[in-house]
Amino acid sequence: MRLKANIATSENGFIFNPATGDSFTSNGLAAEILTLMKLGETEAEIKHKILAKYEVESIQLERDWDDYMQQLREANLLDL
Amino acid sequence: MYVSPNKNKAKTLTIAVTGLNANDNPGPGLAVIRALRSGFGENLRIIGLAYETLEPAVYLRDEVNKTYRIPYPTAGVEALKERIKQIQVLENIDVLIPNFDAELYNFIKIESDLLALGISTFLPTHKQMEQRDKVNLKVFGDENNFNVPADAMIFRETEINNAAEKFGFPLVIKGKFYDAYTVHNLGDAYMAFHKLNAKWGLPIIVQKFIKGTEINIAGLGDGKGNTLSVIPMRKLYITEKGKAWAGITIEDEKLIKMAKDFANVTDWKGGFELEIMRADSGDLYIIEVNPRFPAWIYLSAAAGQNQPKALVNLALGNVVEEFKNYQTGKMFIRYAWDNIVDVEDFQKLSAFGEL
Repeated sequence: MRLKANIATSENGFIFNPATGDSFTSNGLAAEILTLMKLGETEAEIKHKILAKYEVESIQLERDWDDYMQQLREANLLDL
Repeated sequence: MYVSPNKNKAKTLTIAVTGLNANDNPGPGLAVIRALRSGFGENLRIIGLAYETLEPAVYLRDEVNKTYRIPYPTAGVEALKERIKQIQVLENIDVLIPNFDAELYNFIKIESDLLALGISTFLPTHKQMEQRDKVNLKVFGDENNFNVPADAMIFRETEINNAAEKFGFPLVIKGKFYDAYTVHNLGDAYMAFHKLNAKWGLPIIVQKFIKGTEINIAGLGDGKGNTLSVIPMRKLYITEKGKAWAGITIEDEKLIKMAKDFANVTDWKGGFELEIMRADSGDLYIIEVNPRFPAWIYLSAAAGQNQPKALVNLALGNVVEEFKNYQTGKMFIRYAWDNIVDVEDFQKLSAFGEL
């Protein structure tokens, strides 16, 4: 899953879609994931980093990941 | 002491502008003036042309150097010509930019008279005006492959019943020149019909409602089928009258292509605004085409394409290159501000027709 190329993100979690004018705010971890996605890292690489950095069970991460990707999809931010 | 003339000082450019009604349904005049001031800097003199004494921008003396009242469009072209001639003797206007749909017909009619007085314009033709007129828009769209919502011209309130049956609710009830109401039942539709009839006359346009995101595009056509500038803006805050009170520039090739196609098939000359609805399906519908700059046109200058300045250059016969880039994510957020004015100023404009 890739973030659309023109999506602008900032370190504080602000997301702007210049094609639609939509903007969103996200929390710190969500912003971190977006930054990694923008850098072109794969889903597996990002998950690996999160598991290494945060105290979270793999099964919980999977659930939250799916939920987050669904939100990004609904917000029209992903290249499908 | 000896003071030598500054030979580097450029000649003062005098530009006359209408549409000074910067109210809750704003005319574009003030935004046009602001763009011109930001584009031309010093050596610019702005002459306001006002229909009413309470047009707010008349009293913004830092923006408008001098204002003259002009006759309403219904007074006809001769009255307008005569008044402009009087003003020209005093002001030596270089370029005139009309900003109201309803006055454009008269200004187009006297275009050559204005030029003979030394006043340049850059206006669409009557044919172009007709093509995009609300009553012809659907046919224009069908002929040129633009999506335009189905509509009906009506002259009696009872005709709304048929339109409602055909299109379903909600419906958009529109005035001939301005104003529109989105209604959800027959009672409200009748009320809208009578309000619009009282204000703008017949016919009334009943348009199928398209659900989606409201986007406007400001464009500038060179009259030869080319578009020199296109700025798409998504409305972020919409007033009860459907006007954008805040908006943001966006990038979308489809929108830009649509504006270019419009200017191409019409050979549009001058500023224009496409009011677009992006349906949830992603399809783009033209809801309306305005034959002039919109009230948010200063955003074009802020985003890097100063359309009013480019139009003045075109009017003066200068070469204007097509703008290639603009800044996305540039926002405008309109605000209301109480300007304090002495009654003497109001009296001057009321009694003598100038301020």
